[in-house]
Amino acid sequence: MNIAMILEMAADTFGDRVAVSDGRTSLSYVKLRQRALAAAEIVRGNGSRNTALLDVNSTAIPVALFGAALAGTPYAPVNYRLAKDELSELLERIAPATLFTTGEAFDGLTAPDGMILTDRNQLPAGDGVERAWPDLSEDGSEIAVQLFTSGTTGKPKAAILRHENLMSYILGTVEFASAQEGDTSLISVPPYHIASISQVLSAIYAGRRIVFLENFEARAWLDLCAAERVTNAFVVPTMLVRIVDELAQGSWDLSALRGISFGGGKMPLAVIEQAMAVLPQVDFTNAYGLTETSATICILTPDDHRAAAASTEPHIRQRLGSVGRAIGTVEIEIRDEDGAVLPPGAPGHIHARGAQVAGEYLDVGSTLDAEGWFPTRDRGFLDHEGFLFLEGRDDDVIVRGGENISPGEIEDVLLLHPAILDVAVVAVPDEYWGEAIGAAVVIREGQAVTEEEIQEWVRARLRSSRVPSVVRFRSVLPYNDMGKLLRRVIRGEMI
Amino acid sequence: MKLLKLGSRHKSAVCETQVMVIRATAEPVDLRCGGLPMTEVSAEPPAGVALDPGFAAGSLIGKRYIDGADKIELLCTKGGKGSLSLGEVAFEVKQAKALPSSD
Repeated sequence: MNIAMILEMAADTFGDRVAVSDGRTSLSYVKLRQRALAAAEIVRGNGSRNTALLDVNSTAIPVALFGAALAGTPYAPVNYRLAKDELSELLERIAPATLFTTGEAFDGLTAPDGMILTDRNQLPAGDGVERAWPDLSEDGSEIAVQLFTSGTTGKPKAAILRHENLMSYILGTVEFASAQEGDTSLISVPPYHIASISQVLSAIYAGRRIVFLENFEARAWLDLCAAERVTNAFVVPTMLVRIVDELAQGSWDLSALRGISFGGGKMPLAVIEQAMAVLPQVDFTNAYGLTETSATICILTPDDHRAAAASTEPHIRQRLGSVGRAIGTVEIEIRDEDGAVLPPGAPGHIHARGAQVAGEYLDVGSTLDAEGWFPTRDRGFLDHEGFLFLEGRDDDVIVRGGENISPGEIEDVLLLHPAILDVAVVAVPDEYWGEAIGAAVVIREGQAVTEEEIQEWVRARLRSSRVPSVVRFRSVLPYNDMGKLLRRVIRGEMI
Repeated sequence: MKLLKLGSRHKSAVCETQVMVIRATAEPVDLRCGGLPMTEVSAEPPAGVALDPGFAAGSLIGKRYIDGADKIELLCTKGGKGSLSLGEVAFEVKQAKALPSSD
């Protein structure tokens, strides 16, 4: 079992159709296969342990991903936005490797021992050499992908996904050749994000053309959507915020756009409501997953979105803030501190199980328990119909006088305040309680609210233990480039 | 008769068909295509064999095939003229259902 089989089947079936394009280059499935085989030849020739990539989005992404699989090495994309010293450290951890990059992306860096650079723009293009498809291992337990976690709480960990994990995800969620003529996916998440890998594999297996946007920027995203008649796209919440803002500044022909899925962070209710209002023809899908679960494990479908938005029943209406139900091949459980499974409505630790759930890191090994359950380190609860609601990361839990408090429940309540645009709730040191509640608040333009009013707002809606003892006003909250809130930074500034 | 390993690939002896095992049982089975036992992908095609007209409905790339008991599932990775069977009993095409996709 090898993910390269996806490309093999696509090239055999609809070889001449356009597979991927990026504004400069356009490749058919057959050409993509030729380039992946050529890339694999380079990697094997170098005797590399990994096939790494340090680059913005381009057609070189699927070339490197499938080239790595064909060469029998992991594909290891790294975050070009990291500081040089952080990047150097990651490159050292990946060597010996073949690194696909550009002069611009590698500027200011030094290759560690064993790292051989290949300029992405110099990849052999249609050199006429017929390369044979190699005999791929039937054993799906080889490592297909190595991704560094974002390291918002510490040193990045190298999560690994095996061929069998990714193939299970694809076979469980995509029907081969199911795309209609003209279907086009716009990929704007960076290559080091799990959603990049899952989108490439899904689109190629479905036969849906991929258009890459080099770097996300709202106007460029909308321009490309219109010009390429994009039908499907995945965005992280911060991207959707900027797209909706940009839409108010101009006009684009988005008549081809049918579906937007989003994930990778908490979607504020106001944002999705606004997006549904300005793009009424678009199906919205909320996808919840982690790098360690080979992307999506829960989905809030377009029908779920519409039913929730149209409902007057509070328990259905609130599902707009849910991440949906487990996909058919995955199970979800909520457990308490002692590992006991909790009933619907009770918040606790989210666990996931399924063939796509890897839960494994280099140097650490598997974190699955004996029954195959992966502790996601996310907190949340299930409702009576299996809809999952997230409450934040385990690490973010505030322990106030022995009571565990999730920032999420307080943030949700504060976001309902008309003057509050954005908020982050974190632990602050407290002499009496050990930890207490701190809130960093961003006020909407032209509005005003006092610390006392904020405390009163929470006291009227939640237990008194949830009332922030410290409120700080900020102009913006710190997010990383993928829209993940940097609570560590906020905590540091609260003291 | 052979044991089907998850992820293993098998080739028809009489046509282009290839399959990958995506669900299997622990018992050895008689996996055939075009009426003849399937072989390893790397095996040389046997000489002097022909497609059984009773098993010539064909197999289609990308389709999933299940046995009558819905215990064994194969993904067709290359299509061909022969049809898949367990002994003399033909596999059925698993109906494509709406899959939950977020990509």
